[in-house]
Amino acid sequence: MPDLLIELFSEEIPARMQAKAAEDLRRLVTDAMVEAGLTYAAAAAFATPRRLTLAVHDFPKATKATKEERKGPRADAPEKALEGFLRSTGLTRDQLEVRADKKGDVLFAVIEKPGREAAEVIAEALESAIRNFPWPKSMRWGAGALRWVRPLHSILAIIHDESGASVVPVEIEGVKTGDRTQGHRFMAPGSFAVTSFEDYQAKLAAAKVVLDPAERAEKIQHDAAQMAFAQGLEIVEDKGLLAEVAGLVEWPVVLMGPIGETFLDLPPEVLQTSMKEHQKFFSVRNPATGRIEKFVTVANRETADDGATILAGNGRVLAARLSDALFFWENDLRKVKAGGLEAMAAPLANVTFHNKLGSQAERIARIARLAREIAPAVGADPALAEQAATVAKADLASEMVYEFPELQGVMGTYYARAAGLPEPVAAACGAHYAPLGPSDAVPTEPVSVAVALADKIDMLTGFWAIDEKPTGSKDPFALRRAALGVIRIVLENGLRLALTRPIAEGAKANHVDAADHAGPMELLVPDLLGFLADRLKVHLRAEGVRHDVIEACFRLGGQDDLVMLVARVKALQAFVDSEDGANLLAGYRRAVNILEAEEKKDGIEYSLDPDVQFAEADAEKALFAALDGADPAIGKALGAEDFSAAMTALAGLRAPIDAFFEDVVVNSDNAIIRRNRLCLLNRIRTVMLRVAAFGALEG
Amino acid sequence: MSEAPGKPRSFQEIILRLQTYWASRGCAVLQPYDMEVGAGTFHPATTLRSLGGKAWAAAYVQPSRRPTDGRYGDNPNRLQHYYQFQVLIKPSPPDLQDLYLGSLEAIGIDMALHDIRFVEDDWESPTLGAWGLGWEVWCDGMEVSQFTYFQQVGGHDCRPVSGELTYGLERLAMYVLGIDHVMDMPFNDPQAPIPLSYGDIFRQTEREYSRFNFDVADTAVLLRHFEEAEAECAAILAHPATDPKTGREITMAHPAYDQCIKASHIFNLLDARGVISPTERQAYIGRVRALAKACADAFVTTEAAGAGDGANAAA
Repeated sequence: MPDLLIELFSEEIPARMQAKAAEDLRRLVTDAMVEAGLTYAAAAAFATPRRLTLAVHDFPKATKATKEERKGPRADAPEKALEGFLRSTGLTRDQLEVRADKKGDVLFAVIEKPGREAAEVIAEALESAIRNFPWPKSMRWGAGALRWVRPLHSILAIIHDESGASVVPVEIEGVKTGDRTQGHRFMAPGSFAVTSFEDYQAKLAAAKVVLDPAERAEKIQHDAAQMAFAQGLEIVEDKGLLAEVAGLVEWPVVLMGPIGETFLDLPPEVLQTSMKEHQKFFSVRNPATGRIEKFVTVANRETADDGATILAGNGRVLAARLSDALFFWENDLRKVKAGGLEAMAAPLANVTFHNKLGSQAERIARIARLAREIAPAVGADPALAEQAATVAKADLASEMVYEFPELQGVMGTYYARAAGLPEPVAAACGAHYAPLGPSDAVPTEPVSVAVALADKIDMLTGFWAIDEKPTGSKDPFALRRAALGVIRIVLENGLRLALTRPIAEGAKANHVDAADHAGPMELLVPDLLGFLADRLKVHLRAEGVRHDVIEACFRLGGQDDLVMLVARVKALQAFVDSEDGANLLAGYRRAVNILEAEEKKDGIEYSLDPDVQFAEADAEKALFAALDGADPAIGKALGAEDFSAAMTALAGLRAPIDAFFEDVVVNSDNAIIRRNRLCLLNRIRTVMLRVAAFGALEG
Repeated sequence: MSEAPGKPRSFQEIILRLQTYWASRGCAVLQPYDMEVGAGTFHPATTLRSLGGKAWAAAYVQPSRRPTDGRYGDNPNRLQHYYQFQVLIKPSPPDLQDLYLGSLEAIGIDMALHDIRFVEDDWESPTLGAWGLGWEVWCDGMEVSQFTYFQQVGGHDCRPVSGELTYGLERLAMYVLGIDHVMDMPFNDPQAPIPLSYGDIFRQTEREYSRFNFDVADTAVLLRHFEEAEAECAAILAHPATDPKTGREITMAHPAYDQCIKASHIFNLLDARGVISPTERQAYIGRVRALAKACADAFVTTEAAGAGDGANAAA
């Protein structure tokens, strides 16, 4: 069985696009092969800065011939019907067969497709893949019309088996396929021919190209770790940077150099960010002191001087960059030492947060009031929480954060300490942005928690006030993330916090600042709580909690205490998963179905208390007794927030309800008894509704 | 490469070598445009000549001004007036990367010892309504050039595509010469009877222009000049193509474009004076872009753009 090797050789492909491009090439070509009937045993794709490569193993030499028969209209059918059939089959009238059927002569089309050579199928697949390649951004070059990520220089495409290799003939806009490629741009210029994937990979390695990005990343990681270890140091791990750097080189050579003495007192985050963003350097840490002392750069070649020139050049560029950083750091420190973070924050009065929601300074004032309000419920000192919120975003006006926006918060903590502020305040400067993503840790220190919640609730209520809610895939202000932040902070800290009040306060403050831009406010609080409930469904889905179970609890109304809501949700899920729960749910539905049908028919609500004296059957009396017993037990359990106990109390209703439906006909001829029974069904509904809105449950 | 006779010794030698190299590769070596521009791209030899179907190959030094970057001559590598070396070839030749690498060798960068990298960097000029894809070129971690395949200029698709190279001359020269502060860089041969450093020539002007740009330039006058340039640009283009005096078809794309350049520079000065708010900023950029687009529309109808000789000029 033959193998296929394709290589698309171009000018440098952006590192961030390489992995997806390799995968897209694999998918486009192999999908088209399978579609045409060329199934294969294995396929693998690779990328370097200058090439996308695909190897497909073991597929048939040709596709199988196919024969398809299609039954058409009767031989005497009207012209219209015949035309349609001819069009759909691509045949002419005289190519059709006439066969006798029960009802007379019927036309049949026999469509035979001969098998196709694999090379022909692959040539088509390759051309289509190149012309329709899903690059995030593509370009034209020279006088041509072809689009690729950067100019495409050559295409290697061969099919090979034991008998040898042959080129898959394709020509696209003057670029012809062949069996040749090139090695490393500088270390092994010149082209060479290859006969198989193994031959290709070996020759590339000899020509100083490591084809597999995973292998390049591994080499970088290994060499860097070794080099650091030899000097008692360690690499600060950065997977994103590793992947990017592996996409910038074909022949990785790791070099380690020192950071100038003058810069070693810069905060490690500054060193790390500057080196990563500007130079794509790894940071090397001294585990004993926690300081960043060296850098690791990855060159794309070996040199006669073992990288000395390269390292010296990189060191000089770094020194120039860090001089800038040091300049910003010293200026910022001077400012906060002289006038505190308030002085630093002053310019924020002139920075627009959002043109309908006022300046950053106005937003900060709102957050400060809200943080003070929330503080007692999260165990924080209100004055400290307000102070922390007032200064937490001061660093947005610092020179360092202007240069490195990703250091917001981190710098605030340093500057707050330099200004002599209490540690909880300094910590909140950094921690109040958390959690930034689903895997980021939430703040736990009470002052940080108060500011973090106030920050996010202000965001949410602000954009809700001006009706800029997320829609579909559009969430430009990351409001879903803010909502998830609120949920995680509350749940992971076990905070008993009724959210209605801070949301109402936040909404009120934003309403004032938004002035004419604000929309109606009446429905804001319930709408935003509903949004949080939706986010909660997404958040708990990972834990296997059903969204309808959350809905059943949320629909009870007034569910603004997320800790209590989740406790109820979990108890309910355990209950509906049990046999008692499933049967009780069936009984509940039966009761409600009957009740609603009769209510509709009679045009009245059966919501009066049923009276046990009209109960006739034993099962009916037993249900009365069971409900009388369950009602207070449920009340007591709910009062104690013991939702499992409430579920147990409900479980006790299962047998009496089942027996009731077994023995009793609700629609009695006696109108009084019928009405009493319908009211009894209503009582089942009412009692159960104290625990959850069972009607919201699916399945 | 025969052009690499060891290390250059001065800033001017690097410029001369680049000119010689690109001349030997077939480029017309032009002189700087005689107006204040923010970057070499603004020279009509790039902006306008990247449009239309006619082949083109030019290289030139362009003094460039970025008023906001003024640091009174104190900063080791920030200047309000600096030089760019610009190459524009249309259509972009298939070996443009190799040609470019040859130019680095020509100025004394030994490819066997240095690490040259092409790192993604997409170029966009909101004021010119232009964008392209390419890289910043790194030499040992230092950005030494911008390399761009123009896709659109003045709102027009570039057909064929031009390849543009921009060298930041001071930074590149400081790297090649091993200088840490731009003012210390030898401008002419350090062995010359009268050796002149970059600082000897530009320290005074950097101070003067920094003060002028940040604190003195009359913003009321500038605002008026901006409006005038904008109006003049439109007025020039409003004239019918047929010249009433000579009876010839003369579309005045270049004189109009001069006014666009002027408006763009005035905008930069106003920005440095801090009188443009973030919201207004976008509006000003949009106004300059509208001028650039109108000039591009005019240029593609001219002979220089290849209009009338069957080339796809009005695309």
